[in-house]
Amino acid sequence: MHYLLQQIVNGLQLGLIYALIALGYTMVYGIIKLINFAHGDVFMVGAFLGYYGFAVYHLPFYLAVVIAMIGCAILGVTIEFLAYRPLRYAPRIAALITAIGVSLFLEYFSSLKFAFGPDYRTVPRPFTEIHWQIAGTTITNTQVIVAVVVVVLLAFLQFLIYHTKVGKAMRAVSFDHDAARLMGINVNTVISATFGLGSALAAAGGTLYAVAYPQIWPFMGIMPGLKAFTAAVLGGIGNIPGAVLGSLLMGQIEVLTAGFISSNFRDVIAFSVLILVLLVRPAGLLGQAGPEKV
Amino acid sequence: MMLEVSDLHVYYGAIHALQGISLQVGEGEIVTLIGANGAGKSTTLRALSGLIRPRAGKVVFRNEDITRKPAHEIVKLGLVQAPEGRRIFANLTVAENLEMGAYTRSDRKEIEASRERVFRSFPRLKERYHQMAGTLSGGEQQMLAIGRALMSRPTMLLLDEPSMGLSPILVDEIFAIIQEINQQGTTVLLVEQNAYMALSIAHRAYVLETGRIVLSGTAQELREHPQVRAAYLGDVAEVQEAG
Ligand SMILES: Nc1ncnc2c1ncn2[C@@H]1O[C@H](COP(=O)(O)OP(=O)(O)OP(=O)(O)O)[C@@H](O)[C@H]1O
Ligand SMILES: [Mg+2]
Repeated sequence: MHYLLQQIVNGLQLGLIYALIALGYTMVYGIIKLINFAHGDVFMVGAFLGYYGFAVYHLPFYLAVVIAMIGCAILGVTIEFLAYRPLRYAPRIAALITAIGVSLFLEYFSSLKFAFGPDYRTVPRPFTEIHWQIAGTTITNTQVIVAVVVVVLLAFLQFLIYHTKVGKAMRAVSFDHDAARLMGINVNTVISATFGLGSALAAAGGTLYAVAYPQIWPFMGIMPGLKAFTAAVLGGIGNIPGAVLGSLLMGQIEVLTAGFISSNFRDVIAFSVLILVLLVRPAGLLGQAGPEKV
Repeated sequence: MMLEVSDLHVYYGAIHALQGISLQVGEGEIVTLIGANGAGKSTTLRALSGLIRPRAGKVVFRNEDITRKPAHEIVKLGLVQAPEGRRIFANLTVAENLEMGAYTRSDRKEIEASRERVFRSFPRLKERYHQMAGTLSGGEQQMLAIGRALMSRPTMLLLDEPSMGLSPILVDEIFAIIQEINQQGTTVLLVEQNAYMALSIAHRAYVLETGRIVLSGTAQELREHPQVRAAYLGDVAEVQEAG
């Protein structure tokens, strides 16, 4: 029983980090119907920037997170501007292939000696670890910090999307580009903002990931990226609460499989669940079956 | 002239949809553009709003060449469109749709005043204020589409088939409101299938056939023109005259 509870706590930590990545996939898909395969690599860059912030330059942790977020927001906006915008009206497969190209570019460029370098790096703790025993379960301050940062960011995102002008414009653009243009909305600016926001969230996720699973390298974004993408599809791609729900489920499935069956099976089971859910509900758990546009 | 369009050509790939359209709209006028399905009415409005780039020709709005301006800048200049098929944001509330209509403005008090004016024309929108726009009835959606366009306080309004899919009573209501909007100082370019209604409120009219203007004149002249009566008014006019 205690073991189960412990696994659930661990799964929650993983799921919360996935949520920060999955949101970027789902927001970008919502607004330009593109699966941004480079998103996992933006997460990786975020992990490195955070690491440089607190471990190399010894900045306070929160400042390292903020710098990673700003850095990746700029990176995300740049990627959209250089790689995707010229293909806005090209067949969708062109943008998809470009996204894979951008992903490989980020991975191999980061591996260069003058960039992050090809090696694994061990991430030192930005704060001394504290353990608490609650109901026979160990909870660490890292887990608490992960949870607090993610919840604060989710609340911020919720506020931004539902209560600010740019957030409402994002929802308007994701529904109908041309109608949004007729409102005087600069659709390109809104798309840039979406990439910036999604990338900043992934960067926060990357920094937290580096603290929680303290080893980083240039290819670290592939698996979490894939998992978060799966989580977004599971929840209903394009749906923001769906991305969070899918991520939390994904975290639990993975950790519980590893804890009770075998860690060799964690990925198999995770992706199998996705396939099963999609067979029953093709639009994902919270997705609507095809947006009704007349 | 508030709007001057000269020799406008628009292509969709190889399809030559507009084959040299020229028209003018003067300040304070209601001008209507009528024509059969596929004549190019919506294409004309899309080109005026900057949603599609014309291959050739020129659009001048209040002495400014807007032919190649991006759509969002054209809205800022005061040329605003309520597009065909309403195109409301179904995933936003009525309140948010109206807010998007006022996207280019920042004067809170004035926006509030515009909203009150929209509510006076369409009281139904006030009752549905916090409802998701996708759950409105067709007629309510049309009211929202027009109300939303008015929120930008347009100098000139482009309306694409505002009567589409509405019951006769609602059509009368919508046309009365268009007339009222015009009397309060907004210039209107109205695209309609319902030629009878359009010609009854318009000052002038153009008839579009397969990408060309084939007839133009005052609404009165066109109402009496045999070709228009045959092709666009048909029985409707006779029934109205008989009754
Ligand atoms: N996106 C498009 N791609 C290709 N052809 C198009 C496109 N949009 C319109 N057309 C063609 O251009 C011509 C003009 O279309 P348009 O929509 O302007 O007509 P309309 O006068 O508004 O008709 P309706 O009364 O049915 O709304 C038609 O022949 C149509 O098939
Ligand atoms: Mg049309």
